[in-house]
Amino acid sequence: MANVAMVEAVTMALAWEMAQDDSVVVLGEDVGINGGVFRATAGLAQRFGNERVIDTPLAETMIAGLSIGMATQGMKPVAEAQFMGFIYAMVDHMICHAARMRHRTRGRLSCPMVLRAPFGGGIHAPEHHSESTEAIFAHMPGLRVVIPSSPARAYGLLLASIRDPDPVLFLEPKRIYRLNKEEVEDNGEDLPLDVCFVLRDGTDITLVTWGAMVKETLETADKLAEQGISAEVIDVATISPLDMDTIIESVEKTGRCVIVHEAARMCGVGAEIAAGLADAGLYHLHAPVKRVTGYDSVMPLYKMEMKYMPSVGRILNAVNEVMEVS
Amino acid sequence: MSATIASFNIDFFQFLSPDGRLISKDVPPLAKDFDELRRLYRLMVKTRVFDKKAIALQRTGKLGTYASCLGHEAAHLAIGSAMREEDCFAPMYREYGAQFARGVKMSDVLNYWGGDERGNDFAGPAHDFAWCVPIATQCLHAAGAALAYKLRGEARVAVSVVGDGGSSKGDFLEAINAASAFELPLVLVILNNQWAISVPRSKQNKAKTLAQKGIGGGLPSLQVDGNDIIAARWVMEQAIQRAREGGGATVIEMITYRLSDHTTADDATRYRDNEEVDRAWKQEPIMRLRQYLVAEGEWDDEREADLEAEATAAVDAAVEEYTALEKPSIESMFDYMYAELPHDLAAQRERALKELK
Repeated sequence: MANVAMVEAVTMALAWEMAQDDSVVVLGEDVGINGGVFRATAGLAQRFGNERVIDTPLAETMIAGLSIGMATQGMKPVAEAQFMGFIYAMVDHMICHAARMRHRTRGRLSCPMVLRAPFGGGIHAPEHHSESTEAIFAHMPGLRVVIPSSPARAYGLLLASIRDPDPVLFLEPKRIYRLNKEEVEDNGEDLPLDVCFVLRDGTDITLVTWGAMVKETLETADKLAEQGISAEVIDVATISPLDMDTIIESVEKTGRCVIVHEAARMCGVGAEIAAGLADAGLYHLHAPVKRVTGYDSVMPLYKMEMKYMPSVGRILNAVNEVMEVS
Repeated sequence: MSATIASFNIDFFQFLSPDGRLISKDVPPLAKDFDELRRLYRLMVKTRVFDKKAIALQRTGKLGTYASCLGHEAAHLAIGSAMREEDCFAPMYREYGAQFARGVKMSDVLNYWGGDERGNDFAGPAHDFAWCVPIATQCLHAAGAALAYKLRGEARVAVSVVGDGGSSKGDFLEAINAASAFELPLVLVILNNQWAISVPRSKQNKAKTLAQKGIGGGLPSLQVDGNDIIAARWVMEQAIQRAREGGGATVIEMITYRLSDHTTADDATRYRDNEEVDRAWKQEPIMRLRQYLVAEGEWDDEREADLEAEATAAVDAAVEEYTALEKPSIESMFDYMYAELPHDLAAQRERALKELK
């Protein structure tokens, strides 16, 4: 058992799988001797050598293209996009090739790669370092999009992502990289993909969220408990493919739902969840489904970033609106 | 003060003149290997007969948009025939000659352009990449394959082809950079056919050669007459051997000409002069090789007639195979998306099976 922060759990999972499986290689900018700008690959180059922990030239398109090429030839590359703001140079490869490799070749080739990227706001980073644009990838058939929200889930979900035979975007909410430590057993046990995690049972309202917003959402649930409101909290974890069943099951019980995400509202994953509830959960709902999200404005530079991101106060407001409907 | 701290030159290779004469006494062994030259000639002719038929199928509504390979036959066969089966080919979308040399079937090509993913599940090496429409992205996939082979210590080489237009894209330049940084067993071929749809070579950039882009990344780079199969095959062999022996990557610019429209959806008369095309026909690769073989007493009219009949029969058989293939199943829209069908997609599949007939 190790008491680790989320970023250390990422490193632990990478090290475990590299030790078990020779075909796993890590590549990206500064992932080698420097151990990554967030230290997510710290010590891996020293332990596994420069041939398995590969510092690439500073070229994001190259990182994605190389990973796809390697993955089709029997390797399991785990690539790092240094920040999600730099991932757009990789999008052509992820969408036009990684996502459809298996499909377009009728399974002759496949693309078992992971693309890790730190994302989201809250660490006072420069421009282009704080956005949450997971919905772009959730929209693309053939990609899995996985977002951990704790050290244990980072460990288990990253192992599962590396072992998955299809491409996975593994988006790491960097605001919580070192927020809380947790006991994680380094035993190589993965967690299931494509399912939500119910983090807190409740009976009055369902709060659905993922990533760093799990923190504010759980805090909101604590406050609601003080008011005598029992909130169920769901961490979606894999936002695509989406496990609507768990969410609908919860709403069948609570009759109310608020969705919380840091990303902008328009076409965010919250919209998909709300549509899923309208389709299959409408007759269980006592009140409209509300979303608490980033605004449909550009993510501000850091002086204002906390105003942009959903807060406990904003979540409480939405919950209260929903609870007022009888 | 100033001093020259780097300089470079680009060599141009040509052994066979446009009218089919050897222009040098010092020629590669292939120039006298008439069995191999006849084999390549046959494949070139078959490729051209196939190409003509594919265009005819499109014109009569039996095939979707098709990208012709007319005029590229020597370059394509040089690439495909210089590779070993275990090597990896990452084409763009018109290198049929190279792929036929690697065992891809004519019916595979027709299936792909006929709107059926099964074309990408082609015969030939299962590790080869499928046709690649997003320009130049294939160069990085080949580099990734080469990196995999290098890390595993396998004596395998990856070969990718990009056009003169594609050489302007970052993906191509990043592949050069990767090949140089990791000393990859890779050959990057720029198939310079002078036209990127309607944009001529001169509008891509003002560099004297496209090959010299490789120099910028530190790779040996050269230019070859891509309509001269003896020269094109020679430089491919040299580059592949060097890559296989750990010597790293090479950039080869093959000079050829797109004698066809870009695709069947294009009309090149809108943007280029017939006189230019007429001049290009005088350089084309098949007549050039035939003239050489005939002059050497290694080819004659009787063999030509036999070949024409053989090629036509092979193409007709491929067309028959293509037209006989039943439509893909509804299930096939879903079943190859993931190794295991996700729950929600399974529900969509179930509904599609009920609603679509």
